[in-house]
Amino acid sequence: MRLKHYPIDGKFGRFGGRYVPETLIPALEELERAYIDAREDKDFKRELDYYLKHYAGRPTQLYYARNLSNAIGGASIYLKREDLLHGGAHKINNTIGQALLAKRMGKERVIAETGAGQHGVATAMACAALGLKCEIYMGSKDAERQRLNVFRMELLGAKVNKVDSGSQTLKDAINEALRDWITNVKNTYYLLGSVVGPHPYPMMVRDFQSVIGREIRKQCMNMLGGMPDAIVACVGGGSNAMGTFHEFLDSKVDLYGVEAGGHGLASNTHSATLCAGSEGVLHGMLTYLLQDEHGQVMDTHSIAAGLDYPGVGPEHAYLKSIGRVKYVNATDDEAIDAFMSLAKYEGIIPALEPAHALAYTMKIAREYGKDSSIVVTISGRGDKDVEVVQRYLVERSTKR
Amino acid sequence: MSRRENPIDRRFRELVAKGEHALIGYIVAGYPDEHTSIEVARAMIDGGVDILEIGIPFSDPIADGPTIQRASYKALSKGITPRKALEIARSIRGSYDVPLVAMTYFNIVYRQGVDRFIPLAKDNGIDGLIVPDLTYEEADDVIRIAHIHDMDLIFLVAPNTSDERLNRVASVSKGFLYLVSVYGTTGERDIFYEYTLDAIRRTKGLIMGRVPLAVGFGISKKEHARVMINAGADAIVVGSAFINIIEKSNGSRDIMLKGIRELAHELKQATRGLV
Ligand SMILES: Cc1ncc(COP(=O)(O)O)c(C=O)c1O
Repeated sequence: MRLKHYPIDGKFGRFGGRYVPETLIPALEELERAYIDAREDKDFKRELDYYLKHYAGRPTQLYYARNLSNAIGGASIYLKREDLLHGGAHKINNTIGQALLAKRMGKERVIAETGAGQHGVATAMACAALGLKCEIYMGSKDAERQRLNVFRMELLGAKVNKVDSGSQTLKDAINEALRDWITNVKNTYYLLGSVVGPHPYPMMVRDFQSVIGREIRKQCMNMLGGMPDAIVACVGGGSNAMGTFHEFLDSKVDLYGVEAGGHGLASNTHSATLCAGSEGVLHGMLTYLLQDEHGQVMDTHSIAAGLDYPGVGPEHAYLKSIGRVKYVNATDDEAIDAFMSLAKYEGIIPALEPAHALAYTMKIAREYGKDSSIVVTISGRGDKDVEVVQRYLVERSTKR
Repeated sequence: MSRRENPIDRRFRELVAKGEHALIGYIVAGYPDEHTSIEVARAMIDGGVDILEIGIPFSDPIADGPTIQRASYKALSKGITPRKALEIARSIRGSYDVPLVAMTYFNIVYRQGVDRFIPLAKDNGIDGLIVPDLTYEEADDVIRIAHIHDMDLIFLVAPNTSDERLNRVASVSKGFLYLVSVYGTTGERDIFYEYTLDAIRRTKGLIMGRVPLAVGFGISKKEHARVMINAGADAIVVGSAFINIIEKSNGSRDIMLKGIRELAHELKQATRGLV
């Protein structure tokens, strides 16, 4: 069985599935039918390609980071520049795809969750471009921390609903979006932001993101004359990583998923779900979770808001279980250092999320050695993080 | 081997013999605190509740509205655990002959291990189990283990569940079948629409007597109970309306327990056909 052909009956091995209130079952069945129908439809594909090219700015470049590679003195490092997309992150690949699907399904209203605001902004953009009404759920703690992103979503015509329940962060925003969907199931499309949730979301979001890996393969053929030795991506929910890996699952390439190590795994303040979590059921899927001994989901931490999630996509859980992808982590500190390095050596300010992937890439570049090449997906740009980094550096310098 | 009659089946049989319908009351274990939640259960039973549903709090209750979310959050912050919730059940069962149904999300069951949680719940006096995020496609193991331990696994259906699916779910649901009355989460509602009554009639017709039909989510008044019973419900489930009484009583124990007893009594009268 080729790994590319999963899921089977909505499952990746034992992971995935549909653990949702009964009211959502007809909606998920309708969504799956509509998506499979759209996937086979040439007109849908043509329209998607049109928006990806002319609106989002695809294809993105694969850039040889010569200065950084030389400074490390190991493998050649190539950057997949998803940071150059409209909106500044890979999120738009998925939101354009799903918004087109929502339109095709005749849904009048789109809802979405957001953590730091990246997916919310990307959803609001796609909905504005396609003329759809849009409401975003955001934990009130996150909305406070990311006030500018709230305003950005509002500028783009979205209504932002703050969520006061639970830990008032991303997981609670997903809970509230699911509750909204249960309530307005007939006319509402839930546009999930990562490869998480009940089937068919993990499959569908992966498919929309897998344009990243397809481009990488082609670009590597042109630039390297073959495949890279390793590919690295950061894992929050796991969409940019799945989109990067999918094309290579059945090829001889080492794959690394980098989670947020926060203050270090021993500190218990991190978001490294696959590295340190255990199996459980949340947001409609069986996967790995950060949870306590009783099954209560825990609060997580990462300096990168986009990685701050206690679950992870079920396909990653499966790929971990069979050993196909190696899941590792980088701490806040390491991510900050990588962030600074890329700015200094290449004049590129990455988002803090892919800075984790870069940190790990820099670690293994020397081990892989001069004759090898590593591709790392830079899933977004760092403008949103400049203030956080500045504050972090001040705190770090006073501590030392 | 013929199965012993489960306490839930027996309770429905007794009620039918009396010409009554069932009132199912819901508490959140550990809300407002461990000890008081037992008193709340007692007040409900004294007021006439026929079957008690005990909610075991979960950090991410996606089928619940604000009232039960707040209660669960408070109970968790006071340190309630699944094990302590089952001890609360045991203590209630020690003094009352009332069937108990645990309601919790699948992660709580999965984390303890299905094959450990179910016998443990049974040992603590739980007769039935409702898991709102466990669909029957994912339930093979749970059904098998519940059967071994004589635990009634109660499934839910909704107004938009297709006839075909409803038929399949009705054939695996034990104790009763739980119809979610509305498009939405738990929480008191003032009015219900015709679609709820249509769903009750349709579900009742498709069950063809295999299990009793319980209807819940949003019911708070005797008038609601009446129309739903008239449409074909064998039982009504009330939760948030009780929790709202606890919230509104501002810590005054007597007012709270009196309010709960009175609401239970009023709703019970409706299930007797006396209003
Ligand atoms: C730039 C960027 N990268 C990565 C992520 C993490 O999400 P995922 O793991 O689904 O790619 C986010 C989420 O907000 C993000 O904004």
